[in-house]
Amino acid sequence: MKKKSLSKKLTASPYLVWAAIFIIVPLIFVVYYSVTDGNGNFTLEYIMDIGKYKDVMLNSIWLGFIATVISLVISYPLAYIMARSGANVQRTMMILVMLPMWMNLLIRTYSMMILLQDTGIINTALSWLGIPPLHMINTQGAVVLGMVYNYIPYMILPLYSIMAKMDHNLIEAAEDLGANKLTVLKDIILPLSLPGIASGFTMVFVPSVSTFYISKKLGGNTFSLIGDVIEMQFKSANNYNLGAALSLVLMVLIIVCMMVMNRFTGEDDDGGVLI
Amino acid sequence: MKTKMSPLSKLYVAFILLFLYAPIVVMIVFSFNDSASTSVISGFSLRWYESLLHDDGTMKALSNTLILAVTSSLTATVMGTAAAVGINTFRNKYIKKITMGVTNIPMMNPEIVTGISMMLLFVFCAKLVGKTDALGFGTMLIAHVTFNLPYVILSVLPKLRQLDKYLPEAAMDLGCTPVQAFFKVVLPSISTGIVSGFMMSFTLSLDDFVISYFTQGPSFETLPIRIFSMTKKRVTPDMYALSTLIFVAILLLLVLLNVAQAKGEKRMSNKLNKGVKK
Repeated sequence: MKKKSLSKKLTASPYLVWAAIFIIVPLIFVVYYSVTDGNGNFTLEYIMDIGKYKDVMLNSIWLGFIATVISLVISYPLAYIMARSGANVQRTMMILVMLPMWMNLLIRTYSMMILLQDTGIINTALSWLGIPPLHMINTQGAVVLGMVYNYIPYMILPLYSIMAKMDHNLIEAAEDLGANKLTVLKDIILPLSLPGIASGFTMVFVPSVSTFYISKKLGGNTFSLIGDVIEMQFKSANNYNLGAALSLVLMVLIIVCMMVMNRFTGEDDDGGVLI
Repeated sequence: MKTKMSPLSKLYVAFILLFLYAPIVVMIVFSFNDSASTSVISGFSLRWYESLLHDDGTMKALSNTLILAVTSSLTATVMGTAAAVGINTFRNKYIKKITMGVTNIPMMNPEIVTGISMMLLFVFCAKLVGKTDALGFGTMLIAHVTFNLPYVILSVLPKLRQLDKYLPEAAMDLGCTPVQAFFKVVLPSISTGIVSGFMMSFTLSLDDFVISYFTQGPSFETLPIRIFSMTKKRVTPDMYALSTLIFVAILLLLVLLNVAQAKGEKRMSNKLNKGVKK
């Protein structure tokens, strides 16, 4: 009996070894590179340098936060409508929401750029209507729009799946007891959907804050986000140490944001936020 | 009680779908455009589809992408399923918690951090053995397996928890060896979890750009990497043609899967109804 369960435990060992080498060790390397210089000598120079990127860092978090909140506000009613409709509509809507996720992010962002260009489709349409053209590309607004566009399915899906599971009798009971729509939303629907909000929030916020492609294409060279700066250190400036230090800070910042978020929603950590 | 959508809800849904699909429609329209411009439509043509077929670089990148997605998702599925079986028998609360915490890291960490952390490891090891061209298929495969593993483990574990633990014991009492009991009893009951873990890995791997970008070398180019280097300059419409083809293929696949699923559910409920009538 004992021997059997021991051999079952052993089936996890290839994974455990793999995780140690390819998950834990790389993170140790990030720390190692951020506190050493090019010759491997200990230095805090790069950690100190991070102060210079404070504004970039704060701006990334701010834009990512705005994009996440916009996604949440747009997705919430949609998820509710989806969860309340018939089985066939639900199935079709699921396909329609998931389909863009399988299109390559780069191509989608590039198409977005074509839409927003000064001579792009939106502006052509506006000029037909006699409205002066809007300058949209290469602005922070365009970058936020790109983040919302690319990551909104990750908000819709967890919200939808939690609302579909919600017991509708609770809402009816509240209504029978005299609650108006607003009270139902505030006291029943919102508290019950908190775990969905938390996982949607994480799944949009993390990629938005750390993106570098969206900001490059839709923000032009007018400003950079933290992802752009990190990418540059590894791909063109060849300053791995500074890049590692910045990544370390990005990682810590995101962990802190997530901890605040989890405290806020009171979600107990049961390992993972799969859809 | 499922209700019909109100006109306001319909309008709202239509608005969001317009937002989600506008760029994709743009892409499809320009893939049939006669000129290479992205602001003028000058007539219908299939020339970009034709030039796509003759573009060896893109075709090579497409096959590389598929090879990488198949190998990495298969490896992750086998290793991840074995891991889930093992983790499920862990009794020590702390060991279990630490293991699951580590498993969550690649899912929670920003992709760029996962990418550069692995790049640092590979570059460091390459320096140790004095190799300069370490980055390539091997490093990308390692990276893809690593970010696929958590998805496999987290879709198989719940199925194992649902499984009646006396079932494999009963099979062994009836004369199965532990290995037979696993393949005849446990595996069929967790197969839906394994399949969904595999599907998720496969699609993630097909579409991954960020992690591939940092662990890739010039010897092995995948489609997202190729698209990236093209979008640095101007994207030629044959990329739209390719994306349109991928879009149509995925659309068909999803519709077929859902129709099959809907039929299955209907059959099930018919059967249940018949059972009640009897």
